[in-house]
This record gives sequence, C-alpha cells and structure tokens, in this order.
Amino acid sequence: MMLAFLLRRLAVGLFTIWGVLTAVFLVVRLAPGDQATVALGPDAAPEQIAELRHTLGLDQPLLVQYLSFLGDAVRGDFGESYRYGRPAMDAVLERFPATVTLTLAATLVAVTVGIVLGVLAGHRPGSLVDRATSTVTLGLQALPPFWVGIMLILVLALWLRLLPSAGGGDLEHLVLPAVTLAIPFTALVGRITRSGVAETMSEPFVRTARSKGLTEREVLTGHVLKNSLVPVVTVVGLQVGTLLGGAVVIETVFAWPGLGNLLVGAVGNRDYAVVQAATVLIAVCVVVLNLAADLAYARLDPRIRLEARR
Amino acid sequence: MADQSVAVVTADRRTTPMLEVTGLGVALPAGAVVDRVSFTVRAGHTTGLIGESGSGKTMTAMAVVGLLPEAAVASGQVRWKSQDLLTAPERRRRQVRGREIGVVFQDPSAALNPIQTVGRQVGEILRRDGLARAEVRARVLELLARVGLPEPERQAGSYPHELSGGMRQRVMIAVALAGRPELVIADEPTTALDVTTQARILALLADLRDREGLAMILVSHDLRVMAHVADEVVVMYAGRVCEQGPARAVLDRPYHPYTRALAGNVPAVTSRTAIAEPLPGAPASPFERPSGCPFHPRCPMARARCATEVPALREIDAGEIDAGGAAPDGATPDEPARRRLSACHFAEEVGP
Repeated sequence: MMLAFLLRRLAVGLFTIWGVLTAVFLVVRLAPGDQATVALGPDAAPEQIAELRHTLGLDQPLLVQYLSFLGDAVRGDFGESYRYGRPAMDAVLERFPATVTLTLAATLVAVTVGIVLGVLAGHRPGSLVDRATSTVTLGLQALPPFWVGIMLILVLALWLRLLPSAGGGDLEHLVLPAVTLAIPFTALVGRITRSGVAETMSEPFVRTARSKGLTEREVLTGHVLKNSLVPVVTVVGLQVGTLLGGAVVIETVFAWPGLGNLLVGAVGNRDYAVVQAATVLIAVCVVVLNLAADLAYARLDPRIRLEARR
Repeated sequence: MADQSVAVVTADRRTTPMLEVTGLGVALPAGAVVDRVSFTVRAGHTTGLIGESGSGKTMTAMAVVGLLPEAAVASGQVRWKSQDLLTAPERRRRQVRGREIGVVFQDPSAALNPIQTVGRQVGEILRRDGLARAEVRARVLELLARVGLPEPERQAGSYPHELSGGMRQRVMIAVALAGRPELVIADEPTTALDVTTQARILALLADLRDREGLAMILVSHDLRVMAHVADEVVVMYAGRVCEQGPARAVLDRPYHPYTRALAGNVPAVTSRTAIAEPLPGAPASPFERPSGCPFHPRCPMARARCATEVPALREIDAGEIDAGGAAPDGATPDEPARRRLSACHFAEEVGP
C-alpha cells in the first residue's frame, strides 16, 4: 500500500539526481576556460595544455566523456581534485559535517521560533499580535541574508564583541551564521504556520474540541497545531535543501569551514571534480529530504495515507 | 457529586426546569441575530428550536453552552443549576461544557477531527479528567456500543473518513455523551444524513433521552424531526420567537401564520423530507429585519398594522382545545410548559 507510493517517489528522486548529474556535467563543460587552461595558467604552452587535456580525457567526444562521467558518478567517483590532489568526494565529505551542523542548527531555530510565532499569530487572525507578526516576518523575509550576516558581524562581533565574527568548530562560532541562515527561514515557517493555524481555527472540529470543555491551550496543542502542520512539513522539507544552498553564501561571509566555502573556492579555481561532487551531494540531500517530508505528512494526515493506497 | 445533582434533578423534574433561558439576545457586529428568546428545558424532555436558516436557532443553542463565534455578544440569562452561565467565570463555563451539557454538531464529517482516531476523540474528555488508559478504553468501547456502532473494538481505531455518515454521527453522539452530560444540545443532528439514517439517529436520540433521562435541545428546520422528538417547541423567525408551546399542539394547531405555513408545507409522511425551505419568498435576515412583524412581507394574512407595529409575544388562551393529551407528559395544566405563546397581532384568527 504505502510501498507503491514510496517506490514512485523514489523513482522520481532518482530521475531528479540524474538530471542534476547531467546539468552539472554540461555546465562545467560548456563554461569558457577549461580545467587544463586554468590549471596550467596563462603562460602554458599549447602542447602542455593539449597533453593535460588528453590526460584528463577532455579531448574525447562529449558523449564519451558523459558516459564515463555517469559510470564513475554512480560509484561515487568524481575524479581527483587537481587542487587538493585527492579524490574530490573525499574533500567534499570532509567538509560536509560542518555544513550539516550549520543547516540543522538553522532549521532547529527556524522551526521552533517560526511555529511559535505562527501559532500566536494564527490563533486570532486580524489581532494586534497577528498584524505585528505579519509585518515583522515579511520584513525579515525580504532582507538579503548576506547583508544580515554582515550587520550581525558589525553589531554583535565588532561593536559589542559578544561573539566571534569568523571561523568554525564550536558553538560560539555557530551562533551568528546559524541565526543569519535561520532568519528568512523562520519568517517563512512563521507565515506558513500562521495561515495553516488561521484556517484550522475556523474548522468545525475546533468548536467540537471547545465543546469538550478544553482550555484554549489544549484546543491549540491538541487539535489545531497538528492539523496545520502538513504544509509546514512540506515547506521545511523543500527549504532545508535551499538552506544548504544558502549556506554556501553564509559560510563565505562567516568563514565557516563547510561545503559552501569549499564549493565557492572550487568554482573560482575551476576545480570541476569538486564542484560536481559537492553539487551532486547537495542534490542527493534535497531529494532525500523531500522524500522524508512526503513520508512525514503521510504520517500526519491519515487521509493522505488513504490516497497513496489508491 | 455528579450523582447527587442527578438525584436532585430527578426528584423535582416534573416541576423545576433544568435550564431556564430568559430574554436571551445575541449580537454580532452587524446587528442582533437573536432577540429576547426565552424557553425552558426539563429533565428527560426535549425542547425544539425550529426555523429556517438565519432564524437564529443555532445561535440561541450555542449561546447556552458559550460556543458563540468570538465576535458575538450574548445578553439575558441562561440559568443552569441556579447559576447564570452568561455571567459565570470562564472556568465554570468550561466545566459545564462536555461534562454537564454535551453538544452534537450538525455535520459530523466536519465536526470530527480528521486526523484523530474515533476512539481518541470519544475518550478525550475522560483522558483529560485523569482516567487511566484501560479505563478510558473500556468507557470508549462502552460508549461506542451504546450509540450502536458495530464492532466497537475495531472502529475505535479508525479515522472519521473511514466511516459512513450515519456512523460518524453516532460517533459524534458518543463524543457528546462521554462526559456524562445531563443535557444534550443537538444542532441539526440529521441534516447531513440520508433519510433512512435520519430515522435511525432520531430513534437513537429519543432512546437515550427516555432511558437515561437526558434533557435535550433539538435544533432543526425539519418539522417531522420536531414532531418525532420534541415535547415543547420554539418557532423562530429572523432572530425572534413567533410561537412557542407544547410541540404537538403548536404543530397541529398553530397560532402564528409562519408556523402554519411551515406546517402546511410539510409533505405527506411518505415523501422524502419535510424541509421548511419551500415557503414563498426568502427568509428575512436578522440584519435587515422588516419593520413591524418581521414575517409580514411573506405573510398571507398581513394587514397594515403588521408592517408598523412589532407584535408582542403573548399568551393565547387555547381553551379546551389543547386539553386532551396534547400536553407534554408530566406537565400539569398550570405549568408554563403548557402555555401557548404567539407573536401575531391576529393569533386568534390563525387558530382553529
């Protein structure tokens, strides 16, 4: 029953990853200035470049390059990073935990604060709390994260000297990048939760809950919240992927030693192997998270389970 | 404690009403939707609120349990166990809800939480009141069996969308009964159901009332439902009472043209439904209540006076006509429950 649904989702996910692999392959190949040129610098002799191109397989027809790229990718082999002199996937995986930590911290902040704000606002649509929350979240969503990051560094790190401005590893260093990354996400979760809660509040079963003599808090936690969470879970599932992408920028601003930092450097150096490995890893994460979100809301709403069965 | 109060009520159920609503008004920002409505409910008896949509019957019932929309303001008095619920502290009002007054809502597919199992929803009050898990489960199964749900063990684990409409309404009734209330408010309990199921649900409600001495407020626009279950009726139009009195007498020999029109519109028993809707003209909105008698634009007997002068709800001397068997059982001739009230200037001419 649930299995068919799962398999279908899995197939879609694999298709998506194949698409990403292809796109990554093409973009890197079609960009001006190939790996050999960049590696050897502007002063290299044409023969040297041709030789390196041959070693890297860049003189092969595009289709041959593509097929061998796919074959290697399936085995997790994205080639050597010419800059680090080791398999690209190894370099990427080494940086990955730092990015996961940052993303998870940001998600935790965004989901907690966002849901609390959303429930407070949606409980009484049109109230002062609701309007204030809406204004603030709209504003926060509109701020560009890199600017927020710089402002936080300026105020909290440079002026008030409360937190370190750059670097990584411990909790102290995690706070600023995580908060920066969480701000637009918090606003988004807050707005989605708010509209879900506001809609659920007008459902007749909420009145039934009140007719049982429950307090307003019991009504909210017992009947409104879970019923409003399906869209929130969907958005969180989708956005955690975007967050991984957003982490790329934030990591650069805060010199957080994660995947993003590595990726930005690799793009500048035309270290194709690393770019491909990092991009594909992020894509796999997004696909897995979306699958998890699908499963989560099937658990939240039994009616989705029923539809999946058909 | 609950047993004691039941005993007290049982002792004088014939004389003292359990619930006494006096001069109830409900105002929304757009205007008053309920205007000076008074009625009583006696233990083991059913008082029916009848009228078309917009008549204020549901608002009246919801005002009794304090489940009005947030923007609504109630006035008047709702005396329950010698306490006015409208002025009682919120704590007390919450305690009344579910445990002393249960509610069966109109559309069970919307009134039940779609993502909680039936058993969880029926047992919520019990769980909240601190009963042990096993006890809650036993009580839930007993309740589900009592409302006639087949295979309670299996159904307790199902979700509302897995049940038929009639079964959902039985679950809704079990939810309303879970806190052992003494009064049940049933708001259009059969409207969302097909005809055969309607009859079964009505029979169930009547049975619960007779066997367990439950008092009931039945809100309906369906005259046949009323004739079936109600002991006393309050006929409402545009937020006001047009007529009230013993159910049988009012429905058989109305003293208000509106009631007569409603009753005259009831098709033969064999036909599908007896809905009050097909009266000529649209029901008056309480927000744009016509001057004088609100029914006058649709009234076949309207005269000049009806458009200018608001008719008072007054007692009609029904004389000997109602004497034989028409009074609700247990009511002595002097009781208010027997009185016939009509808000028509020409009530006597409507009568038989």
